[in-house]
Amino acid sequence: MDSLYKSIILKNYRHPQNFGRLKNPDKTVQANNEHCGDRITLDVKLKNGRLKDIRFWSQGCAISVASASILTQAVKGKTTAEIFRLNKNFVLKKLGIKLSPNRLKCALLPLEAIQKALC
Amino acid sequence: MKNLKADFPIFKRFPNLVYLDSTATALKPKPVIAKINQYYRHYSANIFRGIYDISEKATYEYEKSRKIIAKFIGGAPEEIVFTRNTTESLNLLAAGLGQQFKGPVAITTTIMEHHSNFLPWQRLVKKRHGRLSIIGIGQSGHLQKPLQFINPDTKILAITYVSNVLGTVNDLPSIIKKAKKKYPKLIIIVDAAQAAPHLKLNVHRLGADFVAFSGHKMLGPTGIGVLWGKKGLLENLPPYQLGGEMVQSVSVAKTIFKPSPHRFEAGTPHIAGVIGLQKAAKYLQNIGLDKIHHHEQKLAKIAIHELKKAFGNRVRILGPKESEKRAGVVAFNIADTHPHDLAQILNEQHICVRAGYHCAQPLHQYLNANASLRASFYIYNNETDVVKLIAGLKRAVKILT
Repeated sequence: MDSLYKSIILKNYRHPQNFGRLKNPDKTVQANNEHCGDRITLDVKLKNGRLKDIRFWSQGCAISVASASILTQAVKGKTTAEIFRLNKNFVLKKLGIKLSPNRLKCALLPLEAIQKALC
Repeated sequence: MKNLKADFPIFKRFPNLVYLDSTATALKPKPVIAKINQYYRHYSANIFRGIYDISEKATYEYEKSRKIIAKFIGGAPEEIVFTRNTTESLNLLAAGLGQQFKGPVAITTTIMEHHSNFLPWQRLVKKRHGRLSIIGIGQSGHLQKPLQFINPDTKILAITYVSNVLGTVNDLPSIIKKAKKKYPKLIIIVDAAQAAPHLKLNVHRLGADFVAFSGHKMLGPTGIGVLWGKKGLLENLPPYQLGGEMVQSVSVAKTIFKPSPHRFEAGTPHIAGVIGLQKAAKYLQNIGLDKIHHHEQKLAKIAIHELKKAFGNRVRILGPKESEKRAGVVAFNIADTHPHDLAQILNEQHICVRAGYHCAQPLHQYLNANASLRASFYIYNNETDVVKLIAGLKRAVKILT
């Protein structure tokens, strides 16, 4: 079976990295997926044009939580410009799965939130 | 109920399919598919206009469907308007009734409505500086004191017969009788999208003024819906769309519309859809709506029992617990899992369920549920499907937690 629920997804879903809230964030944003009810809250701290720290809080599905966990690790330390260059392909490559259009929204919600936070 | 899967060609192609999403749309039996096919192959002409055999045949079949659908719900043929779906039927009413009322428009509806019986009214009251009153539900998933949300100023009560999430069958004959007695001028509109396919519908016994439902949820084609209305009310309602087929005479100075129902069917309609729908109604009548309702209740009861047995306190079932007051829709949550993940893993086992809000976000907010998983049962489902669902869920929960 070609399951979406590979160990990398499940590992990050059960034990998400950067999960929780930051103290004194520079910015807090929310993003929603109205289709399924996924909701993500993101706190960021910036220093000299770089993402210094990031935390997320969500009640999402496994795909969106795993994506947030993996992405927040990947973007930490990157410059704003670098983060804005990230796209769908980057996320899918990191997750290592193929997604139907409906589930793609779940996987991309964290990236949407991260880019929104840096606007 | 005998096994009807052989009547549904999709099971020939996917023998392992466990289809538990009939609340979204029903599968199609052979007679419906054959009838649509026959129209396109044998007499695919436009209706009304042609003075030739195949057009007359198409017109005959189109109007025959109107009679069959009228009989299906206990109404008269001239009270049946063909629309695209329940949504269009309700929007037609909101647009037409909105033009008729003067001053602010107060409307009452319920928290368990599908968005299609909520948004048209929300917009109408906003535009007309009126008020939208919402009947809530109790722990049991039943409406609470519906009459208290209606007052002498209320113009419309828009209410669903069967909830597409909770499965609650509202006691409409009683609610409507009481409301009409107290407020004879109140217009009562029933969303019967989840009722027409599953229980015996009689518009006169119901006592409503308008009833809307869809063809595709009752084994019929997609893109065809029905609006039933009391003759006098339909006659007074302004047309929804203007164009071909719905006029008696047109001149630069003046236009006279046809009487209802044809004044509401502007343009070339979904002829194949209308014709296909007659076979769906016949198919359901041949089985018997009471039998269908009973079969679905039985499956829902087993499903609820098995869910509790398998997941205990971890499962939260939305809607009534007693099976006699509900339809074959079971929406639920399992602690520490997201409905989307469960649905996705079930899909890997060829089990089709729905995850999300089911077009009822206000209800999910009211219930404080982020989203839910919904399994719904119809005539082609059996106990084996329930067993597969439970086994699939156990597997999914094991993977996710």
